Amino acid sequence: MKNRKTGYEAPLEKISPARKVLGFARDNTVPLMFILICAICIPLSGFSVNYLLAEIVTRISRNSFLILSLLIPIMAGMGLNFGMTLGAMAGEIGLILVSDWQIWGIPGMVLAMIISIPISIGLGVLCGKIMNMAKGREMITGYIMNYFINGIYQLIVLYAMGVVIPIIHSSIILPRGYGIRNTVSLLAMRQSLDNLIAIRINGVKIPVMTFVVIALLCLFIVWFRKTKLGQDMRAVGQDMEVARAAGINVERTRIISIVISTVLAGFGMIIYLQNMGNLSTYTAHSQIGMFCIAALLVGGASVDRATIGNVFLGVTLFHLMFIVAPSAGTALMGDSMIGEYFRVFVSYAVITLALIMYETKKRKASSKAGRELALAQKLEEENK
Amino acid sequence: MSELVRSSGNPLMDKIRVFAKSFGLPRLIIAGFLLLLFIMAPFVGANFFTQLSNTINRFSWNAVLVLSMVPMIHSGCGLNFGLPLGIIAGLLGGTIAIELGAVGAGSFWVAVLLATPFAVIFGMVYGFLLNKIKGGEMMIATYVGFSAVSLMCIMWLLLPYHSPNMVWGYAGTGLRTTISLEGYYLKALAGFLAINIGHLSIPVGSLLFFALLAFAMWAFLHTKTGTAMTAVGSNPEFAKAAGINIDKVRLLSVIMSTWLGAVGILVYEQGFGFIQLYMAPFNMALPAVSAILIGGASVNKASIMNVIIGTFLFQGIVTMTPTVMNSMIHMDMSEVIRVIASNGMIIYALTRKSEVSR
Repeated sequence: MKNRKTGYEAPLEKISPARKVLGFARDNTVPLMFILICAICIPLSGFSVNYLLAEIVTRISRNSFLILSLLIPIMAGMGLNFGMTLGAMAGEIGLILVSDWQIWGIPGMVLAMIISIPISIGLGVLCGKIMNMAKGREMITGYIMNYFINGIYQLIVLYAMGVVIPIIHSSIILPRGYGIRNTVSLLAMRQSLDNLIAIRINGVKIPVMTFVVIALLCLFIVWFRKTKLGQDMRAVGQDMEVARAAGINVERTRIISIVISTVLAGFGMIIYLQNMGNLSTYTAHSQIGMFCIAALLVGGASVDRATIGNVFLGVTLFHLMFIVAPSAGTALMGDSMIGEYFRVFVSYAVITLALIMYETKKRKASSKAGRELALAQKLEEENK
Repeated sequence: MSELVRSSGNPLMDKIRVFAKSFGLPRLIIAGFLLLLFIMAPFVGANFFTQLSNTINRFSWNAVLVLSMVPMIHSGCGLNFGLPLGIIAGLLGGTIAIELGAVGAGSFWVAVLLATPFAVIFGMVYGFLLNKIKGGEMMIATYVGFSAVSLMCIMWLLLPYHSPNMVWGYAGTGLRTTISLEGYYLKALAGFLAINIGHLSIPVGSLLFFALLAFAMWAFLHTKTGTAMTAVGSNPEFAKAAGINIDKVRLLSVIMSTWLGAVGILVYEQGFGFIQLYMAPFNMALPAVSAILIGGASVNKASIMNVIIGTFLFQGIVTMTPTVMNSMIHMDMSEVIRVIASNGMIIYALTRKSEVSR
């Protein structure tokens, strides 16, 4: 009775199908929007289905590993890990060193990964510690960490390499004797993982081995969620105070989640770059975090919830849009630049939208909790 | 910071100690570094007065942009990473002023006038949005800024501009990436009462304009509305209890910040000499943010003094490091040093515990 009067009824009434559809649309605004954009742009772009399929398969194999590295911090309630770029930089340092040592192919890749691990761990611990000091604003801190560590990366790669860290190969080092060239060719390593086992169906190359590696990572994530540490992370993500009361070392758990993410991002970057076949030393990592996060969000993930399904749906839809937007823009407006800018705009807009939805949801939840608490107190007083 | 020093009222040493503590170690390092650069400058053959003039010039370009951080910090909206939105309003004002045929120094004021409605509208939408997402302002502000910049990239191509000085000569449509202000508002402020003695040149007009805005801001913060704004930022619960409409005050602060951002970019352009469109506003928020933080502001506290000190220190490092470092070690590490120092400063501010709890 009291509930009726104050306007808070229990959700007992039947939900009509129309509202169900509406609710589904509201929960999946971003993926639906993207399906719509792609549906409009694909016919306009005039690409053949085969070409699109081949491109999408390449891009899924290239990007999925990187995007999967974002899942664990989300589980630990640390939001979208904008600091994944740190791992990418560690991977790049690994690649620079192995190309200087002229170790190519799979051994080169593995060695680069091994080199990247300690760097990633160090950066991850640093990033995790700083994020622990800035609880509640992890994302913006991670985002600024990108720029900060990018400065240090430049310091090392542009000034220390060749002086402090020996680099001898003249195709890598700048003519002045220190610093790395703007692009490091990875031609001898190009697609060595992709071509290890590759099958062609209808002209679409499927890099089986890369997909096996990605599948292994998916299995790892599924397994990790069930471990003690994974459970701890979910508890921390749910409520830090409750987790602390339950005897979980919150700070340590959060740092570990960032470290895992950073290390995986390092591996992901190496897989990404072996597909590309060359490394833009100073710019390769600058946009990677943004594109990965946008792709994940396009797949229907939110700041506090992301699944492996979101990753694959996201990478497909996002890159489909990326491939078709420039030519669709040319067809529609007669200017390819419009399509280029459009896809950049959409990437940013998606992230903005997802962040806004997350924050409003959080506020709604907290104000609802507040109202319920007030109601409970009122009831208690009346009962007295 | 300034209150702390004022209230101590103890002997000089005590004052210095309190000052150093409230000033923060990173700031001391940066200030010390700049001082060292100024001392080193004559030894490496750089003229002290040229360096000083460069620093003051760059100060005059950037100070208003840094000032635009103040209202939002005061109202608790955090650091205005959404500055590109204000910048876009300013760019619209500037380009429309030229399109409408305004010439000479007067076109600066036309641009300010034209930018104002855009800034107010953008600020209202932006402020309305920020009120919906209290607590997550900074991240969302960043991405609102980015989205706006990339949307405007499309708009610069599509909007019906025709002035031959601004559009691509070949196609006749679409604005150029950089537009020279020669004949328009180049040095509109800087040329006013400018002092040129030997190597020393001081753009008095720009400095006066900044002083005017800074004074207006200072005066505003001491009015009833201004105090309410500070109250909302420092203690929202108290402000609510005192009957202040928090959302309205925050909205006002965002509009003010956006407008100052718009004016700030116009001041920047009149000094710099070019309008930069497309992706240029993209990374303009970070230098302004780190400048005010270097000056001693924190995520929810900022004064006019912070703006002045911060802009001077930041621009000092930007202008001094290339010349001094280059001649000393023959390596141009200035860019890297600037990136590390400015972003390190932002991280330092974000991790301060005392502010996080609020």
